[in-house]
Parts: sequence; structure tokens; C-alpha cells
Amino acid sequence: MFRLENATIAYNGTKVLENVSLRIRKGERVALVGRSGAGKSTLLKLLFAQRRVDTAIIPQELGLVRPLSLFHNVYMGRLNANPTWYNLINLIRPRRREVETVRQVAERLELHQDKLFTPVGQLSGGQQQRTAVARAIHQNGRAVLGDEPVSSVDGRQSRIVLENINAAHDTVVLTMHDVDLAIAYTNRIVGVQNGQIVFDESTADLSAHDLEFLYH
Amino acid sequence: MVRTSLLFLAIALGCLAFADLEVTTVNPWQEMGRLGLGLLTPDFFATDRLLESLLNTLAFALLGVALANVFGFALALLFHYRIVRMGCAFVRAIHELFWALIFLQIFGLHPLTGILAIGIPFAGIVAKVYAEILEEMDPVPLQVLPAGSGVVSSFFYARIPQAWAHLKTYGLYRLECALRSSAILGFIGLPTLGFHLESAFSQGHYSEVSALLILFYIMIGTIRWWMRSWLIPIYLLGAAYLLSGTHVEIYFDTVLRFVTQDIVPHPIRVAHSLDWATLTHLYDWAKSLFVNQAWPGIINTLLVTMISLVASGILTLLFFPLISPKFFGRWGQSLGHVFLVVLRSTPEYILAYIGLQLLGPSMLPAILALALHNGAIIGHLIGRYTEPLALRPDSPHGIDLYAYEILPRVYPQFLAFLFYRWEVILRETAILGILGIHTLGFFVDSAFADIRFDRALLLIFITAMLNMLVDGVSRRIRAGLRLNTTPEET
Repeated sequence: MFRLENATIAYNGTKVLENVSLRIRKGERVALVGRSGAGKSTLLKLLFAQRRVDTAIIPQELGLVRPLSLFHNVYMGRLNANPTWYNLINLIRPRRREVETVRQVAERLELHQDKLFTPVGQLSGGQQQRTAVARAIHQNGRAVLGDEPVSSVDGRQSRIVLENINAAHDTVVLTMHDVDLAIAYTNRIVGVQNGQIVFDESTADLSAHDLEFLYH
Repeated sequence: MVRTSLLFLAIALGCLAFADLEVTTVNPWQEMGRLGLGLLTPDFFATDRLLESLLNTLAFALLGVALANVFGFALALLFHYRIVRMGCAFVRAIHELFWALIFLQIFGLHPLTGILAIGIPFAGIVAKVYAEILEEMDPVPLQVLPAGSGVVSSFFYARIPQAWAHLKTYGLYRLECALRSSAILGFIGLPTLGFHLESAFSQGHYSEVSALLILFYIMIGTIRWWMRSWLIPIYLLGAAYLLSGTHVEIYFDTVLRFVTQDIVPHPIRVAHSLDWATLTHLYDWAKSLFVNQAWPGIINTLLVTMISLVASGILTLLFFPLISPKFFGRWGQSLGHVFLVVLRSTPEYILAYIGLQLLGPSMLPAILALALHNGAIIGHLIGRYTEPLALRPDSPHGIDLYAYEILPRVYPQFLAFLFYRWEVILRETAILGILGIHTLGFFVDSAFADIRFDRALLLIFITAMLNMLVDGVSRRIRAGLRLNTTPEET
């Protein structure tokens, strides 16, 4: 599904990624791990640029529209599914059918319906992050790319979020700093260090200890 | 920063040597006394047309701003094209009164004159500000939308909601400016506040002047109360209805003739062919115009502008403590507030008009008018700016507090606002020529009066160029000194 060959990206003269080659097949669940600044986010953005059509992305900044409600932000995941006039009407007067669909997605991520029409800017960090995940799930794409999708949520909710992400998509590529969660919820770990891929193994028989070297 | 300030101070002092500042009326103090008495005794029943003139002022302002917002917003979306940016810069360099003088020749006293005179330059301003607001918004929500979301949907979901609050604040400020512009359109014949103010003032009915001004201040001051989003359609319909009652016809022949003949430079219009003789004739015509009218106009405009700029700065520094909690208590601040509101709500044109009646035709009333008005505007902004400043518990009081603690902290922002206003001061100086002082507006007005529209338009063009030049210099100075202003505050 995704293929990068010898990709090199530089910002202002510093190389962020150097000669990176990566192939991700349909059905794979991949975790990108490594220290901050290793190049994981950039790698993810490159993958997104390759296959925009049926891929959802959850960037680290989340990309939410703060004055709009939770409902509207999740609805934006399917902005391409309806004609313009329908979208505009929905902006001013949310259609019942859409509200119901969004409510179901939100419930699965423990976002209560009380909050459905709260402006997203007033929600907590964890709620905002789950809204962004809900948007990606609602988009109903084949693949999802998530940049630290559970960084603001606690242990129990992280598992719920990751389960939902896996359930809703064929192909999953996530960056994560929590190595245990990475091993538990994906089937392939790709380790990134200084802009290069230094590790690429399936998670079978892998333990957190094996990945410690990436963080030193 | 200090060097730049001193440089401008030196320039202003130099200009002072060349400026004509004499008071020519016989006994200004007596008239001023009468004016003061009149202002303190407003007569609300004097003009039978009091309400009508206020409603007309409001109607022109509302329709003009509506036009500006629609076109300005559309232009803002096209702001990445250079030609759009330059077009907007040119259009807003020409003051509303100049636009009105042009449209007066085409449409006469038809409401369209007033509406377009406000709408067109405002569209240019609004386009620039809205483009800047949109540009500063977070781009990520747009980037994460699914492919094929459609340009319009994406725009309304991912870009507008973020900018909405800023757009509304600025829109309200524009309406306030439009009310002031609408008021002074009365001085050239349209049925707004300026019209009745001028007739009342010239007859010495100062109580009537007072009533008009007070009602005007109330109208501007209470804008946040009566201006609600949902009322806009009602207001616009009311305004359109009110103005549709005027029975002035537009003659298409006049329009056509104006555009194809009247504004064409005389040598070209009477020429039989475009040969060398015509070109020499054109050159002589242009040179004569430049030497006799444009150049003196430019010099005088610049003289008054530079002096007014520095004078505004000085008054700002004197005014801003009046509304600052760092210097005065509750009552003091309220009084200071009213004082500054009155000064900044009164259009410079009206202040200059009053000054001219009292002191006679010279540059002095113009400088005073501009300095008072702009001093109040920037003084208000700086006064508010001092509110959140944190001072140490043992900080000094009075003059020491001002000189050592407050002034150094506010000086950069003060300069930023002052330089931003420089271009506005120049634009206003130009049109004050209509009142009699020999700035560019004087020659423009004379050209219109002589029915020499070709000269008038060339002079207006020159004014616009001068304006854009000063705007460019101002921007470069501000960038050099690293000063920022937000468009909503000025």
C-alpha cells in the first residue's frame, strides 16, 4: 500500500530523513518507534502524501477546529461524502442522521453525548485527542496514520482507543513512544534513529527490552 | 527608536518654519466663547430634520460597509494575485470624499454616490485585513480533510470558524469608521449629518450643532448594543428603503460622457491625431498642472502631515494617562474616557471645519484637528495597553512613574501605532484642502468646481501615489524597528 524508496527529506539544511526505504502492505499494523526528533512524524507525513485518497491521518497537533463542536469536527471526516449544500446546512443545523452516526463513533471512544455540541476548544486534552481519532475512524478509510494517537490519554483509555483504531482500518501505521503498547497492538515494529530505519521486525517474540537501544 | 523619533521631531520643527500658521479671524476668543456656550446648551428640537439626517448617515454607512464586506471578502480570497493587492492599495489610497466628488459628477446626488464613495475604498481596506486574518489561521485542519471534500465545504469548515471572531470585531470597527465617513459626506451635499452641521454652524446656531454632535456620539458609542448579527438584514432593508425615497435620476449619457470625454486630458481630447504636436501639448499641459498645482499641493500636504504626525504623537503621550488605571482612579478614568471618546468620534474634517471658522484659513486649525483626533485614538489604545502592565510594589508615583516605568514600556507600541496612522493622517490632510488650505484637496476641489475633470482626476491620482509612497515608507520603518500592529486595533 505504501512504498518509500531512498527518500531523503531535509529542513533548512538539516537532514530529517536519509535514504529511507519502507514498504507497507495492506493488512499490516505498523508501529514507528524511536526518540523524539528521530524523524517519525516526517515519515508519517510522507506516507500520507502518497495515498491521500483512502487514508486518514491523526497529526500530532490534531488539526481540530477549536470553535466548532465535537460533532462538527468528527463530521469533517466525511466532508467528501456529501454535496456542498448538504455540508453547509449541516454546519448551521446538524442533521439528525449525521448526529446519530457521529454519536455512535464517539461513544465507542468514551466521548459522552453530553459533549457532542461542546466547542472542541473547551474539551480536555484527552477528549480532544479522542475527537481527532473519532474523526479518522468516521472517515472510513482503508488506512490510518496516527502520530502519537494516545499520548494524552491514560492507560485504560489508550487500550480502548487502539482497539478501535485497529477494528476500523485494514492498515495501520502509528508512531508511539510507549513501547509496550506498540508491541501489544501492532504486528510490526519499525525503529527510527537519526533519520534512518535501524530496526524492522515483526512483533512476535519481541519484548520491550529489545528496543531499549533506540532510546539511548 | 529614539533616533527615529528625534529625526521626525526635527523634520516637523523644520516644517514648522515653512508652515503658514497665522490666526486670521478678528476676534477668535469671542466666537469660541459663543461656541462653548452653544455646546453646553444643546437644542434637540431645532432641526426638524435632526432624526432624518442621523438616519441617512446610518443608512449610507450600513449600505457602504455591506458592499465593502461582500466585495472585500471576495477580493481577500484572491489576494495571492499581485494585481489584486495593488488594485486594493490604489483604491484605498483615495479618500472617501474624493470618491464622492467623482461620483457626484456621474450620479449627482443619487444615494449611489454616497454608497460607492464609502464602499469602494473600504472594500480595498477590508480585503487586505481579511486576507491577513485568514492567512494567520492554523492550516492543519485543512490538511487533514479527506480528499475530495470540495473547496467550498473545506473553506467553511476548516478556515472560516477560526477567523470568525476576528472578522466580526474588525467588521464592527469598519462600521464605526463608515459612520464617520458618512457624516462628512454631508459637507459636499449628501443629506447626512455634515450637511446640517455645516448649515447650522455657518449661521451661528451652536446649540443645534451641539445637539447634532451629541446624538452622533451616542449613535457611535452605543454601536455594540444595537448592532447584532441577526438584525443586519433588517437594517439593510430599512436603509435601502429610506434611501430609495430620494428622487434623483441617473442619466446614462452623463455617465458615458464623463468616462469617455471629461476625464480625458484636454490636449488628447481636442487632438485630431496622436502626433508629435499632441504629445508636446500633453507634456506642457501636464507640466503646467504639476508646477502650478500638484507640486505646491504636495509640499503643503507633506508640511501639514509631518507637523501633525509629531503633534499627534505629543498629544498621545499627554492623553494616554487620562484613561490609565496606573495614573487615575475610577472617576478620573471615566472623565478621561469621555474626553477621548468625543475627540476620536468626531471626524477630523468636522474638527478642522470648526477650527477654520474660529481661527481663519491657515494650516493651524488643520494641524490641531489632526493632532487632537489622532492623539485621542492612539492615546486610547496606549491607555488600554497600560492596564495589564505589572509594576513592582515600590514603584514611584506621578511623573516619575510616567517617565521611568510606563513610558519606556509603551514607547515601541506607541511608535507602531503612530507610524501606522501616518498614512491615514496624510490621506486626511489631502482632503482638508477642500476646506480652503492649499493641500492637494484644494486643487482637486477647484478643478471639480471649474469643471476640469481631467485635471481633477490626475490630481487625485497623484494624491493616491503620494499616499502609497508614505504607506510604503511607514511599513519599512516599522519593519526596520520591528514594530507590530494588529489591524483590529487601528
